[in-house]
Amino acid sequence: MNRVLIAEDLYLLRDGLVHLLQAHGFTVVAAVESGPELLKGLLELRPDVSIVDVRLPPTFTDEGLQAALAARKQLPGLPVLVLSQHVEQLYARELLADGSGGIGYLLKDRVFNAEQFVDAVRRVAAGGTAMDPEVIAKLLARNARNEPLAALTPREREVLEAMAEGRSNAAISQRLYLSESAVAKHTASIFAKLGLVPSDDDNRRVLAVLAYLNSR
Amino acid sequence: MLRRYGQVSTLLALLLVQVPMIVLMAMMLLLSFALGMVFLFPPQVMMVRKLAELNRRRMRDWADVEIEAPYLPAPPPPVPQADGMYRSERTLYKTPRVPAWNNRWKWLMSDPATWRDEVWLLLDPVVKVGLLPLLLLLPGRGLRVYARWSGLLLGATAASRLAGQVSHLRRTRNLAADSQAAEMRRIERDLHDGTQARLVAIGMTLGAVEQLVETDPNAAKALLAKAREASSETLTELRRVIRGIHPPVLAERGLADAVRALAMDSPLDVTVDVQLPHRPEAPVEAAVYFAVSELLSNAARHGDARSVVVDLSANDTGLLVTVTDDGLGGADPARGSGLTGIERRLAAFDGVLAVHSPPGGPTTVSMELPKVLPQPWTNELGKLPRWKSVTVIALWGTAWCPTFPQGLVAGVFKLFGAREKTWFLALHLPGPWQWPVIVAMILLGVYMYVMAIRIPAAHDRERFMAEAAPGKPWC
Repeated sequence: MNRVLIAEDLYLLRDGLVHLLQAHGFTVVAAVESGPELLKGLLELRPDVSIVDVRLPPTFTDEGLQAALAARKQLPGLPVLVLSQHVEQLYARELLADGSGGIGYLLKDRVFNAEQFVDAVRRVAAGGTAMDPEVIAKLLARNARNEPLAALTPREREVLEAMAEGRSNAAISQRLYLSESAVAKHTASIFAKLGLVPSDDDNRRVLAVLAYLNSR
Repeated sequence: MLRRYGQVSTLLALLLVQVPMIVLMAMMLLLSFALGMVFLFPPQVMMVRKLAELNRRRMRDWADVEIEAPYLPAPPPPVPQADGMYRSERTLYKTPRVPAWNNRWKWLMSDPATWRDEVWLLLDPVVKVGLLPLLLLLPGRGLRVYARWSGLLLGATAASRLAGQVSHLRRTRNLAADSQAAEMRRIERDLHDGTQARLVAIGMTLGAVEQLVETDPNAAKALLAKAREASSETLTELRRVIRGIHPPVLAERGLADAVRALAMDSPLDVTVDVQLPHRPEAPVEAAVYFAVSELLSNAARHGDARSVVVDLSANDTGLLVTVTDDGLGGADPARGSGLTGIERRLAAFDGVLAVHSPPGGPTTVSMELPKVLPQPWTNELGKLPRWKSVTVIALWGTAWCPTFPQGLVAGVFKLFGAREKTWFLALHLPGPWQWPVIVAMILLGVYMYVMAIRIPAAHDRERFMAEAAPGKPWC
């Protein structure tokens, strides 16, 4: 569960990521710097998780994102964590579209907080999701007029945000200083209010929430 | 028919006004140049222009002939120098009156249209009298002929159109330069007040950490966390600035997806419909992106709209954008500075903006940018039509036959009195027909060769004229 591929064209950041992940017990199987190399690496090495910059040579457009999407089309559920200097709901939606999980989409700044970043990498490797808080904030802002969402209590909203980012009940309880049973109670209430079918599986639960927020 | 006669009689009745006008105009011109009463010149020119404009309008209404006014645009008002003085040539003035008058004088004097108008006024009665029989017998045709004559002296020339275009370009260039400079200032301010200041703060915090790290490691640690937070904030700030310069999603995906991304970020329910065969140039994409962005935020802020439809489509090589919302309406481009800003941005690409926003809604803003998309390859004008190319090939293939064997060779045979007739048509005919047929054959052959060359040449010329700026060959 710890073979990782890194695709990043800036040498300093690539090197930094390699060191960071090695220090946390990952094995870096490849560190590439262009789109074609990335696609080849993803398909041939099938890493447990890959960390991909959206903008890569040769075109410096969304080369990395396209390579990740193409690889996931051939190998559904291949865990990919996409990093970018900016987040777009459009990209988040494209990444989540196949509904198979194992997806992360974070701002590059999140690397600053090593622990949280490594936690996100582990989550994606395990088939979960890691969405940037900014993406979630934009999604919620879009749904501001949505009736069921407006009916949530502030606490439930916080739990929903944390859940949409991809965190487990344990992680949410730690972050919001709540007991795990309280979090479970909140999630059950949220699911009831949004009319979603509750699920014990963390990942499936997150995908249902994201699909709900994205449906509009 | 009766209406035509009414028009003709009006035209002729105008002579009663025109003739005294000519005398008056001639006197004013004489006084202003011979006696130096220059103040009479501008009103004289303006009066002639009024008459000419009246004639243009009549011809448009009566004879359906559009005559474009050829005048150069009026000079802009004088702008004071840094010291508050107005400059005209090498003289400085305290008030703008004299420089403005000088500019006006120069403008009227140097415009060829001024003098063409005067010539028209002088010759017009003569032409009317000359056309009298035609006007009375065939009023419809007579009016058309008269309209052509008017167009000859009152219409636009290639030079006047070019001059108009130059002044239009100069104005849009100034607008573009202005808005770009304003943009640069805004970016500079953002970077200076935001990003730069934050970086300085981070640097200072790190300096403090350096001093504290040995004496008070705990305080140093707290400061480091603060520095990290500040760097994160700086990045957020920088992202905002970058979005204002050129949104990354536009660079990565192009206009269609960038507008879709905008729609997703909007709190309104936005439907996007894009039908573009090609991507426009990057500056056009940016202008359209910012225009749509501005319109969406306008709809959300003022219009109390719930849903918006954004439609991007191509009209030949033009780009059409319409943004329709179901808000309260009543948007006024004269008041809203946002709309003016969009207009200014689009002006650089000859784009125009139209707002339809009745009170109570819905509001529709449409923008059109002509000639910003690449010409489609299946261009009808570019390629020779099929029947033309077949004709040209057939001509090249057969023109030799009448020219050489049936024409020249038969002629040589006839000249030297050869007995052989072989397959030469002329030699089989009775004696008096032989020479005319030989000459006709040669002429036919030469004509066929000429046509084979002329058809493609004429087509190329047509295409060239269609692509080049329009203009009349005379004057």
